[in-house]
Amino acid sequence: MSMPQDEIRPSPETMLKVARAEEMGESRGRLKIFLGYAAGVGKTYAMLKAARQQKLEGRDVVAAYVESHGRAETDALLEGLEVIAKARHEHQGVLLPELDIDATLKRKAQIVLVDELAHTNVPGSRHEKRWQDIEELLAAGIHVYTTVNVQHFESLNDIVAQITGIVVRETVPDSMLDQAAEILLVDIPPEELLERLRQGKVYIPEQATLAAQKFFRPGNLIALRELSLRRTAAKVDDEMRTYMETRAIAGPWPVTERLLVCASGSPFSEKLIRTTRRLAEELKAEWFTVYIETPSLAKQQQENRERVWPDLRLAESLGAEVATITASSVPEAIIDYALRHNVTRIVVGKPNKSRWRELFHPPIVDQIIRLSGAIHVHVVSISGASVSPVSPVSRKFKAKRPVPWVEYLASLALVAVATLLSFLVEPFLSPANMVMIYLLAVVLAAARLGLKPAILTAALGVLAFDFFFVPPRGSLTVNDTEYLFTFFGLFIVGVVISTLVTKAGERAAVMRERELQTESLYYLSRDLATAVDMESIMAAVLKNISESLHAQLAVLIPQGEQMEISAISEGLFLDDKELAVADWSFRNRREAGVGTETLSSAELLYLPLHTSVCFLGVLGVKLENLAEYRSPHNRRLLEAFIIQISQAMERVLLARQAEHALVLQARESLERALLNSISHDLRTPLVSIIGALSSLRDEKLQINEARQQDLLTGAWDEAERLNRFVGNLLDMTRLEAGELKMEKIPGDVQDLIGCALAALDRKLEGREVKVTLAEETPLVSMDMVLMNQVLINLLDNALKYTPSGSSIEISAHLTARHLRIEVLDRGPGIPEKDLGRIFDKFYRLPVPEGVSGTGLGLSICKGIVEAHGGTIWAENRSGGGLRIAIHLPL
Amino acid sequence: MPTDTHLPRILVVDDEPAIRRFLKTALASGEFALSQAENGHTALATAVAVKPDIILLDLGLPDMDGVEVIKRIREWSQVPILVLSVRDRETDKVRALDSGADDYLTKPFGVGELLARIRVLLRRSLQQIPEPVYRIDDLEIDLARRLVLVRGEEVSLTPTEYDVLRLLVVNAGKVLTHRQILKEIWGAAYLEQPHILRVNISNLRHKLEKDASRPRCILTESGVGYRFKSVS
Repeated sequence: MSMPQDEIRPSPETMLKVARAEEMGESRGRLKIFLGYAAGVGKTYAMLKAARQQKLEGRDVVAAYVESHGRAETDALLEGLEVIAKARHEHQGVLLPELDIDATLKRKAQIVLVDELAHTNVPGSRHEKRWQDIEELLAAGIHVYTTVNVQHFESLNDIVAQITGIVVRETVPDSMLDQAAEILLVDIPPEELLERLRQGKVYIPEQATLAAQKFFRPGNLIALRELSLRRTAAKVDDEMRTYMETRAIAGPWPVTERLLVCASGSPFSEKLIRTTRRLAEELKAEWFTVYIETPSLAKQQQENRERVWPDLRLAESLGAEVATITASSVPEAIIDYALRHNVTRIVVGKPNKSRWRELFHPPIVDQIIRLSGAIHVHVVSISGASVSPVSPVSRKFKAKRPVPWVEYLASLALVAVATLLSFLVEPFLSPANMVMIYLLAVVLAAARLGLKPAILTAALGVLAFDFFFVPPRGSLTVNDTEYLFTFFGLFIVGVVISTLVTKAGERAAVMRERELQTESLYYLSRDLATAVDMESIMAAVLKNISESLHAQLAVLIPQGEQMEISAISEGLFLDDKELAVADWSFRNRREAGVGTETLSSAELLYLPLHTSVCFLGVLGVKLENLAEYRSPHNRRLLEAFIIQISQAMERVLLARQAEHALVLQARESLERALLNSISHDLRTPLVSIIGALSSLRDEKLQINEARQQDLLTGAWDEAERLNRFVGNLLDMTRLEAGELKMEKIPGDVQDLIGCALAALDRKLEGREVKVTLAEETPLVSMDMVLMNQVLINLLDNALKYTPSGSSIEISAHLTARHLRIEVLDRGPGIPEKDLGRIFDKFYRLPVPEGVSGTGLGLSICKGIVEAHGGTIWAENRSGGGLRIAIHLPL
Repeated sequence: MPTDTHLPRILVVDDEPAIRRFLKTALASGEFALSQAENGHTALATAVAVKPDIILLDLGLPDMDGVEVIKRIREWSQVPILVLSVRDRETDKVRALDSGADDYLTKPFGVGELLARIRVLLRRSLQQIPEPVYRIDDLEIDLARRLVLVRGEEVSLTPTEYDVLRLLVVNAGKVLTHRQILKEIWGAAYLEQPHILRVNISNLRHKLEKDASRPRCILTESGVGYRFKSVS
């Protein structure tokens, strides 16, 4: 194989990508987007026309949600198409029409029309956004036609805001555009659109008239049109690249780039993230978004997390890989992460802090640039960014920190005490040494009260010392410049110590949190490791997770079509609605419920439990408050828990399967033995019967009278044996099928023995049979027919396996609670190790020549005796021979 | 055929041609006159037309249950019926006997056994009034004088024991089901109390048999009933 050939082959990664896309395409529905640049360009019209064409071609097309806004042409197109009734959701007293996702899924059309991709659903709908509804339809294998305007795409959101001055709230992740199988650009020149607007052909909601006037300016329209054209071109370009790649057409492929942007929760983060996404798009690069949690921010951690959370979600929805890292230095952590992930470019915002602040807080940008080494650093201007207001949700959860008046008062008190002490010791100490007392106060403040109170203490201390003890006393003027140095020293010591103490404390807090995480993970994994069944797994899950997250939990496992609660915390109750959310989460293999964008009105957060190979169930979590659901710390921990639980569950399931397989295997080998035995035992007698009959039939053979008799006797014996075997097989089958109905009636034991002996009358000739029966044995309740069979089988066995002429004994007597029947012989007995096995089905001892057994007789006996609630066992007799004993309960 | 008129007529009812052929061969020794039917309705019609002396009946017929055939025949005839069936469960035997069948033989069977049963049934039907004195081995039962002798010595029996013995002896060679004996001796009220019969049989054996554990005269048909040994 020569190298050049190799080179023009598509890389395995590319093929995998295409294969995956094709695979997805096969089971997933195809998405067709009718993209416009403004309302009124005719997207819905174009969609309906395309739909009619499809219907003409014989496809099953259904309009699930089409908004005609009363336009006659649109309505005309809608005629003749099947329309699914809209669902009505009540919101603040008004019934609002929404896409009926369940009805649409149930209808299972080939192509479904859903207008307005960017629509936000009424609160209380299954998904927050319509594009999520469409995702679900696609996942169900339904092709979807939808319409959207270009400004609704996440990555273009801020540019559009810059152009038009209007912030679009209803956004759609760019991934929707990327995964669209087809994009149809619906384009008309802006002049024409404005003309249509004047004619009143463009639908504008009443409350938005003003905004619309601002929006529909020629300048805006031209810009938006360009955006939509460029976006479509980019998509076409991308398709072309993929096409060329898969066919290994050489092209100017960019080297793989990886971008990193840091989210901070600042108002500028969003813009930074969007910019990075665009850059990544242009570079065809992977991109990462990290949030660095620093210990110095520990106190505001909660607040920050809430602010950064939407940023991280945004980045995720734009296709970034998102991570949260705890580190003491932001720049170092960024560089470290970048190096570990082979990042080629870091995107940072240009700071707009004032000069003098930069003096004390060297901008992170500078530090990053200094540390970046080979990594490019893009500095993005963030002035004039569209600052999105804090959403009402996050505002609601902003923690209120108490104003630390107490701490400042305490530092005041410390200075007062130090001053008092100084007065007391003044006679013995020089002023220079009295500074030590103030120093002590500063150290105390730094250690106990924090940085700011410590600085206050230092400043107040210096002032008090100066005022009370430095000549001239009672004034703040300083005669001896030497004391200036004292002040400075006091100040520095205060700052240094308090910084150190705070840092150490914060680090300890971070460590403690980490430790708690590790600990809870450790305890869970330890308990899961020892869990051998689902019950113990569930117990471990409930105990450990509810402890470490202060949460209530429920684990749901699918049972047939339904989700069944397998374990649930005390006091937690899941109503039908919650179960439906859990069910959705399991079926769609995505998280749902509170804290997510899907079915967020649920009370719990539902996370699917899965491993790489199978989906096992859903974990429902109820945390203390809404903020807890948004905390990345909790989410990380939950993710770790999920992995552990899933693996443990999978392990138990696999063990169960293995056990099942073992049972199957055992049954199989038994069945094989049975088949072998049956074919052998059925065929063997037939051999002699057919043989004998054929020789008697053949007149040419001239067999003499005696030989004829021999043959006939042999055939007769074999026929009887065959008959016995078939009878045994039938008995066994009945016994196993539970068809042998016990009919227990008081029976005469002597009659029982008599019957058995009578049945074997001919065979018993020449044998001494000794019957020992206690006088006056009362009637014992049993099934006489079946017990008769038992006795016949036991006697038959004794006859077969003992030398002819040896004696056989039968004894029966009553014990306190049992009737004991024994059949004893003087044969060779049975090796001790086989005593227990002789009652097994098809178990046969190596038999003396000419003895033919079926291997069924004793197992039938066992079955019958046990059906009576009795026991049967075998033991070797002293003096040789075998004893088989039966205990029947009285 | 005129030569057949004095021979006992046998009606064989079986849907299996192979078994009909086998029975035809086994019984074609010139001793019997044979008719055949392969289903229940033909059997009933043939029974009316031929008026057989004995019927050999298979229980598993294609058109109707054998027990039903027995009941229909018993509505107008007391002809001995010998049931031949592969159904070896005792409930089947009891059902057939209680419906009026005279004896039961489980397939497969030997020809000797079959001929013996046929002869016993024929003899019983031909000779309606039993001999007053019944002898077997060293047992002698004088029905006229209500005397039971073992090796020439009188044995004292309770009135019930004697009644049970008399019933068995009168029907010697034929299986009597538990229900038939209970109904006859104790009355319909005792049908569900087979243990009183067992106790009486046990007592009879102790008094009459040489070895009660290996009875020679009063034979148990396990799960079905009792049969007194035929003299043949």
